[in-house]
Amino acid sequence: MDAMGLLFFVFVLAVFLGIELISRVPSQLHTPLMSGSNAISGITIVGALVAAGTAHGSPLATVLGTVAVAAAMINVVGGYLVTDRMLAMFRKKDEGKK
Amino acid sequence: MNVEALSTYGYIAASILFISGLKMLSSPRTARRGNLLSAVGMLFAVVVTLAHHGLAYQWILMGAILGAAIGAVASYIVPMTNMPQMVAVFNGFGGLASLLVGWATYHMDRDVSRFTATATWLTVLIGGVTFSGSLVAYLKLSERFISGRPVRFRNQQWVNGLLLVVTLALGAAYIWAPASAPAYTALLAVIALSLVLGVLSVIPIGGADMPVIISLLNSYSGMAAAAAGFVIRNNVLIVAGALVGASGIILTAIMCKAMNRSLSNVLFSGFGAAGAAQGSEVKGEAHPISPEDAYLILEAARSVVIVPGYGMAVAQAQHAACELGEKLTRNGCEVKYAIHPVAGRMPGHMNVLLAEANVPYEQLAEPQDVNPLMSTVDVAMVIGANDVVNPAAREDPKSPIYGMPIINVDHARTVFVLKRSLAAGFAGVDNPLFFYPNTRMLFGDAKATLQALVAEFKAAAAA
Repeated sequence: MDAMGLLFFVFVLAVFLGIELISRVPSQLHTPLMSGSNAISGITIVGALVAAGTAHGSPLATVLGTVAVAAAMINVVGGYLVTDRMLAMFRKKDEGKK
Repeated sequence: MNVEALSTYGYIAASILFISGLKMLSSPRTARRGNLLSAVGMLFAVVVTLAHHGLAYQWILMGAILGAAIGAVASYIVPMTNMPQMVAVFNGFGGLASLLVGWATYHMDRDVSRFTATATWLTVLIGGVTFSGSLVAYLKLSERFISGRPVRFRNQQWVNGLLLVVTLALGAAYIWAPASAPAYTALLAVIALSLVLGVLSVIPIGGADMPVIISLLNSYSGMAAAAAGFVIRNNVLIVAGALVGASGIILTAIMCKAMNRSLSNVLFSGFGAAGAAQGSEVKGEAHPISPEDAYLILEAARSVVIVPGYGMAVAQAQHAACELGEKLTRNGCEVKYAIHPVAGRMPGHMNVLLAEANVPYEQLAEPQDVNPLMSTVDVAMVIGANDVVNPAAREDPKSPIYGMPIINVDHARTVFVLKRSLAAGFAGVDNPLFFYPNTRMLFGDAKATLQALVAEFKAAAAA
């Protein structure tokens, strides 16, 4: 299989894995699931880092990359922290029960 | 072992952490650790990238510090009631980042294969729609500049269709010869059009349909990241993006099912647009009741079902609702909170608010749990919910929400509706429930009304 075919192969498997993982989440956790998975979509930061840090790139690419790093960081940091804040409330309630 | 192989293993580790993290999110017990695990995975991916590529750090640091600071502060100060807007904004920035990654990568090296060019086109298109669509969703949810109601104009679907065709044609031109100068212009045009498309596709969506749109945009941001993974040929983006894309699609499907509508119906029907959504006209007289009289009924009630909706979030009434629930429980009454899957503005919105207010987990129920027992319930208390308790969905085939599964509060002996006025819900559909003989309206701010009821219980306990 060529390199591109392999990437596609990984993609298809990951989609099915995602469907399997998520379909069992109870409705109570839908909001944290959404904001938590939203944070994961910030993985695009990997591409942003390369674009912002490649020294031989042109000034425009550096600017685009830097803005991309900032945007992805908002997504990642904000997403994880806000999910943690929500889940802390869920857990607090759970422990109170015991 | 060389650097190349090390980074591959690093990315595999990050993928495993994302997958286990998502798996742990499916139980309240492990969810918080799961989220932490997934964050560690992200840190891993970032560190591996920084170590591997021998990058210049000054610009990276600037962008990273700025973004991290904004994200941290925003996530810390946002009230739980505004969570849908916040998630929409974060999501939009993810889309923007993918768009810029696609553009910058192409800018650095234009001599790419058609496969890569296709991936670049998809990245900027989906990323752009995610970004502008999420911002419009944010503005609609916070009722800033744009009304929460559907905004429609004539021939809207034709305009959208035409834009999509132009975007496809430009994409084809770009992919045909990506290294040429006209191809660059075509890609820039695609970026501009994707932003317009995002605005136009979200602006006709009404507030009641927001849970569907937020889920869909969430899925888009994942797909944009996966497409960016094809551009830079990185498996970790593809795996993580595909996971998010799949999770968003599933949530979208669950939300559609809870409203008994298809996705295309949500996207194109302009549910609740002025003039479009009129069921049979509802006439009759509503029966207002004072909190003092409502207290007497609640005091005697043996079972109460509380149905929260978006209005509870707007009035910030979740703590007052929980306090009333505690008073009722202490009074020997069985209290349940019935949560409709599409109540509020995002999936699980009500669960978050009730969790914040410390409502006991075992008191939460879903519609299918409470509906069969509804005729034995003394009081059903509707706090700021409307469409999800509208009996027209069951009885009036002409109603635009006909067929949507609802919580049958009208079967309870008495229904209290806490509401500001008799206005229709966000779907723009009249609600005959307000005129039923067993319905009593508690007009006014929901929080103030609930606090008045709690005060009555306290006064009675002191006496």
